[in-house]
Amino acid sequence: MAVGTKAGLEIGKPMRDVFGDALLAVCEENPRVVVLDGDLGNSTKAEYVRQKFPDRFFNIGIAESNLVGVGAGLAACDLIPWITSFSSFLLCNAYDQIRLAVALSNINAKILGSHGGITLGKDGPTQMGIDDLALMGGLPTMTILVPSDPASMHAAVRAATDHIGPVFLRSSRVPMPQIYPAENPPFEIGRANIVRQGDDLSIIACGLMVGMALDAAADLEKDGIQARVLDLHTIRPLDRQAISAAARETGAVVTAEEHLLQGGMGSNVARLVAEEHPVPMRFIGLEDVFVESAAPDDLLKKYRLTSDDIATAAREVFRAKQG
Amino acid sequence: MANQQAEIYNLEQLNAIARDLRLDILDMTTRAGSGHPSSSFSAVEILTAIYFGGILNFRPDDPWWPGRDRFIMSKGHAAPLLYAVLARAGYFDRELLWKLRQVDSPVQGHPIQGMLPGVEATTGSLGQGLSLGLGHVLGGRINQLPYRVFVLLGDGECEAGQVWEAAMAAAHFKAHHLTAILDYNKYQETGPISREMALEPLVQKWESFGWWVLEVDGHDISQLMGALDKIKDTNDKPGIIIAHTIKGKGVSFVEQDFTFHGRALNPEQAAKAREEISWQ
Repeated sequence: MAVGTKAGLEIGKPMRDVFGDALLAVCEENPRVVVLDGDLGNSTKAEYVRQKFPDRFFNIGIAESNLVGVGAGLAACDLIPWITSFSSFLLCNAYDQIRLAVALSNINAKILGSHGGITLGKDGPTQMGIDDLALMGGLPTMTILVPSDPASMHAAVRAATDHIGPVFLRSSRVPMPQIYPAENPPFEIGRANIVRQGDDLSIIACGLMVGMALDAAADLEKDGIQARVLDLHTIRPLDRQAISAAARETGAVVTAEEHLLQGGMGSNVARLVAEEHPVPMRFIGLEDVFVESAAPDDLLKKYRLTSDDIATAAREVFRAKQG
Repeated sequence: MANQQAEIYNLEQLNAIARDLRLDILDMTTRAGSGHPSSSFSAVEILTAIYFGGILNFRPDDPWWPGRDRFIMSKGHAAPLLYAVLARAGYFDRELLWKLRQVDSPVQGHPIQGMLPGVEATTGSLGQGLSLGLGHVLGGRINQLPYRVFVLLGDGECEAGQVWEAAMAAAHFKAHHLTAILDYNKYQETGPISREMALEPLVQKWESFGWWVLEVDGHDISQLMGALDKIKDTNDKPGIIIAHTIKGKGVSFVEQDFTFHGRALNPEQAAKAREEISWQ
């Protein structure tokens, strides 16, 4: 999968492997962390913990409602459960349990939704989590994190574990480019990172699309257009300050996400931009559509989630801004 | 100090507590103008046995003490009963009961975890409590605290798949510190269970899922206490007490009319009911 190459970035390990490493690291650091699996630990890579800490790992089986309930019970015992499965199965099967036992109860549980977006590819739409950000957006107490690179995945898992309260974190099957330094990457919940400076327009992205946005910015630079790229790794709480500064200082905004446009990151950003400083906007994401089984690159191209699509949208808003 | 509950009650006193709890439930729901009195009435003796019969190990002045036994009200619509019990046990001032379902009150229509001391779980969407109870048992195992966990299940909610997911997992994890009590009042919202969605054979269902099963008269406090005591020694199995109860127990015209499920008695009906309960 070609992402980050135009921006001159090295590709990392698959994000799910990075998540597994990060989860194991927080288990080693903090004896209160426990891990629950919906019989997909070999795919989510939560199984790394099973091998090292079998007493703190529970495979609850293919029963997501019970998985979330048991996790919530563990959280009430002053433990920090990471409840893990595919984003699609976990959130859609157990939404009501997450609503009551986790979000409304405002407990200290962490939810890992792996295989987010469409880049799990060939297993097809039954497995894809294209609505996870919208679903978690419906739960007022839920912090929502979408890391964009290996170092920020490590930082996000640690920040989520340290944060007191419910957190949803998305991981992916695919590798992502290395955007941040491996040691001490900047990562603060609710604080977007400017990963590229620019004043002509802003690209606000999360997850895989941050690397795509950097590629698009490299292309735009050839035309003399300087794009600011914001890594919006936290969807809730939104960084009002960074988003409004981007709108005000660059005068045009493109959002990019591997998610449905309905209820996703872009719609949240749009509300803020509309309130704070309305500017021309374009939105890269999935229009109302269920995606199909195919190789990730083919899907990204067909459903217009490539750096070229972002660059086209960027040129449009740049022109619109100039009137 | 195992249990701060200073008083040990005899059977007559326990029955008097049950009567007082029914009166509180009646007053709470009639004042609120809504709520589920009949679903609360059916489980009054069950909670009386658990909280006041010396079964549950709890400390009202230290409600989240890590070593406490847990009680989880899975049938969250019986919240008025839970609140009446917690007030009676000394978790909070009884005056709070009259704030049920009012604005700015912690006494919510259905229980919200932590909103009042002693409220262990958010329930009201049915089927969820047993999973939470299992989580508490596994947490006790990790924290090396040998407390017990009691979960009150409604009969209607046993139609939910999650109850059986939890039942399967509890047996798998040999969660013998988990005890479910099934308030088998034979009615769900829209009618008799046998007509709406047959649950029987319940004993065989639970046994086949790997549970110890006892059956009692759910309004006989001494039978309940005997079963709650006996079910502590199940070796490595979780246990369930199927308590046969009467929906609306204690008020004749509520017992005879299942449509009181989600409906409070009006002041006139409440006056009649108060008279009936007071005689008990």
